[in-house]
Amino acid sequence: MNWQVIAPLVFFLVAIFATGWIASRQRDKSSGFLNDYFLGGRELGGFVLAMTMVATYGSASSFLGGPGTAYTMGFGWVLLAMTQVVTGYFVLLILGKKFAILARRYQAVTLIDFLKARYNSPVVAILSAFAIVIFLFSAMTAQWVGGARLIETVTGLSYTSALFIFVISVLVYVTTGGFRAVALTDAVQGTIMVIGTTILLIAVIIAGGGVPNIMQDLLTENPNLVTPYGSDGNLSAAYVSSFWILVGVGVVGLPQIAVRAMSYKTSRGMHRALVIGTIVTGFIMLNMHLIGVFARAVKPGIEVADTVIPVIALDILPPWLAGIVLAAPLAAIMSTVDSLLLLVSSSVVKDVYLGYIQPNASMKTVKRMSFGVTAVLGTIVFLLAVNPPELLIFLNLFAFGGLEAAFIWPIVLGLYWKYGNKYGAIASMVTGIGTYIALHFYNTANGNLLDIHTVVIPVVLSLIAYIVFSLAIKREVYRY
Amino acid sequence: MDPRFKIAHREAKIGVGIAIAHFLWWFGFAYGLGSRPVEQYRYIWGFPDWFFYSAIVGFILISITIVFVTKFVLKEVSFEEDGEADR
Repeated sequence: MNWQVIAPLVFFLVAIFATGWIASRQRDKSSGFLNDYFLGGRELGGFVLAMTMVATYGSASSFLGGPGTAYTMGFGWVLLAMTQVVTGYFVLLILGKKFAILARRYQAVTLIDFLKARYNSPVVAILSAFAIVIFLFSAMTAQWVGGARLIETVTGLSYTSALFIFVISVLVYVTTGGFRAVALTDAVQGTIMVIGTTILLIAVIIAGGGVPNIMQDLLTENPNLVTPYGSDGNLSAAYVSSFWILVGVGVVGLPQIAVRAMSYKTSRGMHRALVIGTIVTGFIMLNMHLIGVFARAVKPGIEVADTVIPVIALDILPPWLAGIVLAAPLAAIMSTVDSLLLLVSSSVVKDVYLGYIQPNASMKTVKRMSFGVTAVLGTIVFLLAVNPPELLIFLNLFAFGGLEAAFIWPIVLGLYWKYGNKYGAIASMVTGIGTYIALHFYNTANGNLLDIHTVVIPVVLSLIAYIVFSLAIKREVYRY
Repeated sequence: MDPRFKIAHREAKIGVGIAIAHFLWWFGFAYGLGSRPVEQYRYIWGFPDWFFYSAIVGFILISITIVFVTKFVLKEVSFEEDGEADR
């Protein structure tokens, strides 16, 4: 074990605990337990909310998988990663004010509350709760595995003990502190992500002897690495552009992101979050993926893509600094997992238990349920992550694109199109998920249809389904 | 209609507009310059020119645009229901 690397990581965990603990002490009695536990009492400021959005969005894939792929593919993958800058402003400009106002009018605490009120339909609510629980549960487990693998690589602990440390850390602050703890720890984690990537980028450039030098090495190894078409020339313009849907504008359909647009106190906070969110997302994505490409010139021949970042950090930095830098991917994973955990438990408690099983439950029961469900869910995820079942890995494939295809139109057109109704919403969700899964099988077997990412066609089809069914069945004008 | 929704609709359209312009810039430089043979690339600060303009300059321009838009174009509204009283 390398204590010089571990010490900063331990310090990081302690700082996270402290933040979570402070947040749980601040619980606001006035705004009601549910509102406070799942939305932070709608009183968090622009900086915290911008960082929680960035940190929730930045996950294992932006800090380990993405840079690893950039290492293999070259600049084409950095170009692809930069499509994510659009999320920083697009989500808040589109959902933005109207969503915040309507969510308050409907007294919605979760995304499902919002959909249920807008479409006045229990079927919509149950379908969404089902999709959120199934897909995000799998996504969460996958992130959990990533976090444990990272701790395993860095510390040399066994996978199970690494997983145990990781799960306990997250569970403690999410269970006790709720959304406020998640958002505040996300802000700390986001800040660590910014600092960590900056240090590592500078270190990689120095280790490679400057950018022009690195570029020369890449050109010598394989000129394709500096083109937008990938190391083997297979990365087409159409494929890369389709990521504008998957990781760009389509992100408005992700429940864990959308719910954050409901939690603003004032429009001033939202404006600040727009600016911070855009700049920080772009900065982190550009840095991390450049590190991936540059690492190829500094240390060629890393076999497992996911380990590029830990390996290069341990290789070129003094151990204590590597510890600080590696806290960044850990922070990214934690901040994604904590939000997903809270979202899934809010769906179970608020939307399923309070909505259908026991609508008149006392405040005390709700409180106990919220803590309990969060803790139980975390424990189940831990047990699953020890030995992830095939089904889970399979479901995780749909977590991102599948949820976008399901939710993007019920959310966006629910806000802006007065003819949108529950028939459109149900049709759109079923079409989105159904065609996504079907197309996924087709694409895996035959290569990507039209050479674009799986997400695009289901998003288009679910739009058509939404419009056709809304107009065809019980067409009427909705008064906002 | 709630006057705050007029503001919200206008700002959503601005969001779509910025995203389209962003995409055109990103795509134009990446594949406009990047499709030349590698030998013809120029390098700016060590980066291939297509990447420098598309990803780096593009990101900086978008950031400036967003700062400008939030400062001068977006309007403050109340999210509370009593904000409705003056409609």
